[in-house]
Amino acid sequence: MTPSIRDVYGASLVRYGLQDERVVVLDADVSASTRTGAFAQACPERFFNVGIAEANMAAMAAGLASEGKIPFVNTFAVFMATLGALSARTFAGYGRLNIKFMGAYGGVSDAYDGATHHSVEDLAIMRAIPGIQVLVASDAVLTDWLVRNAIAVNAPMYIRLSRDAMPPLYPEGENFILGQGKILRQGTDVSVMTCGILGSVALQAADIVAREGISVRVVDHFTVKPIDRDLINRCARETRAIVTAEEHSVVGGLGSAVADVLVRDGLRVPLEMAGIPDCYTQSGSYADLMAAYGLDAAALAVRLRSVLARA
Amino acid sequence: MPLSEQRVTELNALCRTFRRSVIAQLHRIQTGHPGGSLSVCEILTVLYFEKARVDAGNPCDPLRDRIILSKGHAAPMLYRILAEKGFFPLDDLKQLRQFGCHLQGHPCTEGTPGVELPSGPLGIGLSAGLGKAIALRLDHNPARVYVVLGDGELNEGTIWEAAMSGAKFKLDHVTAIVDRNRVQLDGTSDEIMPLDDLAAKWTAFGWQVICCDGHDVRALDAAIDAAHAVRGRPAVILADTIKGKGVSFMEGKSLWHGNPISDSQYQTAMAELGGDDR
Ligand SMILES: Cc1ncc(C[n+]2csc(CCOP(=O)(O)OP(=O)(O)O)c2C)c(N)n1
Ligand SMILES: [Mg+2]
Repeated sequence: MTPSIRDVYGASLVRYGLQDERVVVLDADVSASTRTGAFAQACPERFFNVGIAEANMAAMAAGLASEGKIPFVNTFAVFMATLGALSARTFAGYGRLNIKFMGAYGGVSDAYDGATHHSVEDLAIMRAIPGIQVLVASDAVLTDWLVRNAIAVNAPMYIRLSRDAMPPLYPEGENFILGQGKILRQGTDVSVMTCGILGSVALQAADIVAREGISVRVVDHFTVKPIDRDLINRCARETRAIVTAEEHSVVGGLGSAVADVLVRDGLRVPLEMAGIPDCYTQSGSYADLMAAYGLDAAALAVRLRSVLARA
Repeated sequence: MPLSEQRVTELNALCRTFRRSVIAQLHRIQTGHPGGSLSVCEILTVLYFEKARVDAGNPCDPLRDRIILSKGHAAPMLYRILAEKGFFPLDDLKQLRQFGCHLQGHPCTEGTPGVELPSGPLGIGLSAGLGKAIALRLDHNPARVYVVLGDGELNEGTIWEAAMSGAKFKLDHVTAIVDRNRVQLDGTSDEIMPLDDLAAKWTAFGWQVICCDGHDVRALDAAIDAAHAVRGRPAVILADTIKGKGVSFMEGKSLWHGNPISDSQYQTAMAELGGDDR
């Protein structure tokens, strides 16, 4: 069975965090959920559970970072992007402090808990803060790299994780470059720009429409900020249409970031954005939710056909 | 007036039924929060069936008392009680947390009658209650505001911001009730964020503090009476409870904050709980 992204994260944090004395891990009474509990066990002297006090945690991280530590701040993505936003903006962005904001339970992966626990605006909020890199885990190999990279690179980051498992996209040891998306499959008719679990969903959708002779290029745009402007340009020139797909609101996320590039660079290509419409989500099974909000393979296949009809 | 012997018996019978029903629902759906639902059972039962003025026939009655479940993860217990009060059919509970059902994982005002405000994110319900209390006072409305809080929830700074505001604005028609089960998500409050001396903290913030056994309906009833009698400042009831109360293997264990209930655990729990299947 594929391990959940949160379990992979917990293990990677132990693997790389133990080796680097500068790493400190903070959690706000959800370490059993975020899986930083593994780090707490392995290295109790560098783990700090601050209780249910996210604003306090995010600001404490600033103090730690300003003294040379590398704080990993952990809570559910929805609370990170709301209660953590003031410190993200003031300290991490404006103050250029090396804080890693780890958004557990990204998207609707905390499915049954409902809208209050779903995080579908986090990418928009974090993207709007100057100086913060916004990255989205899409499989276990990338998750592991994101942790390693976060320790190696001195820059504030928001990294979105998930409660659930994601099908493998990358071979062990795959290398990633910040600011560069990954082409998961080559194609010539239409490009799908994805992040998170939508990468694997898009591969399935590509299989569905391949039977109709449609050739789909699938891109994992895990680096939402900085965005890969070059790659978007290439896709817009080399394929006839673009679909963006994300487990996030259609307002302000990857779709908006791609649309910005298309408009600014004068690329006239039809665009469709798959994502949570501008609404509050509901409780339900993860699969029910993905289907209800048009984020399963069947719904994505429909978007691929309809965008090509406009091309 | 203290509760009569008969009323105490009735309320305890209701509590047994509610516990049984909540465990059955959570076992069936394999998701949701048993520990904090069980600990808050008597608190909500006394509020809804004895103290607060709420009428399912008129859920928007301007004169109703406002009950805010700030620890929104105890929604299963709230929903069970609202259904018993007649706000919606008991049958709705079968669809708890399922896509398309109004009974969301955490309380939602859209679609669920009897829910005053959305909750789920901890730490903001008391402030919202103060806002309601100020509005009621401006409108010369005699309704009361009750806010039910988790003790882990008191880790949030906003709770103490609200504590200062409640005292400053002399909101004596607000009663906060803390479900003091001494356990949060990751462990005990002593392990995760020590709160003692909790009574001294609230006193220092200008609140009248009343302590009681949060599983004793008569004590809760008396504590709420005592809160009503306070003038010029708000009151907080520190209700001593046990997380997972009534199911021995859940009691006092943070694991049972949100753990799914297996078939054999369900059998054990039901054998211990008693009460009617309703
Ligand atoms: C702002 C916020 N942070 C974190 C959570 C996740 N969470 C849900 S319940 C809980 C523990 C609550 O403990 P407590 O308040 O003591 O409730 P109880 O013991 O009564 O269940 C946590 C951390 C949340 N819902 N909201
Ligand atoms: Mg508690």
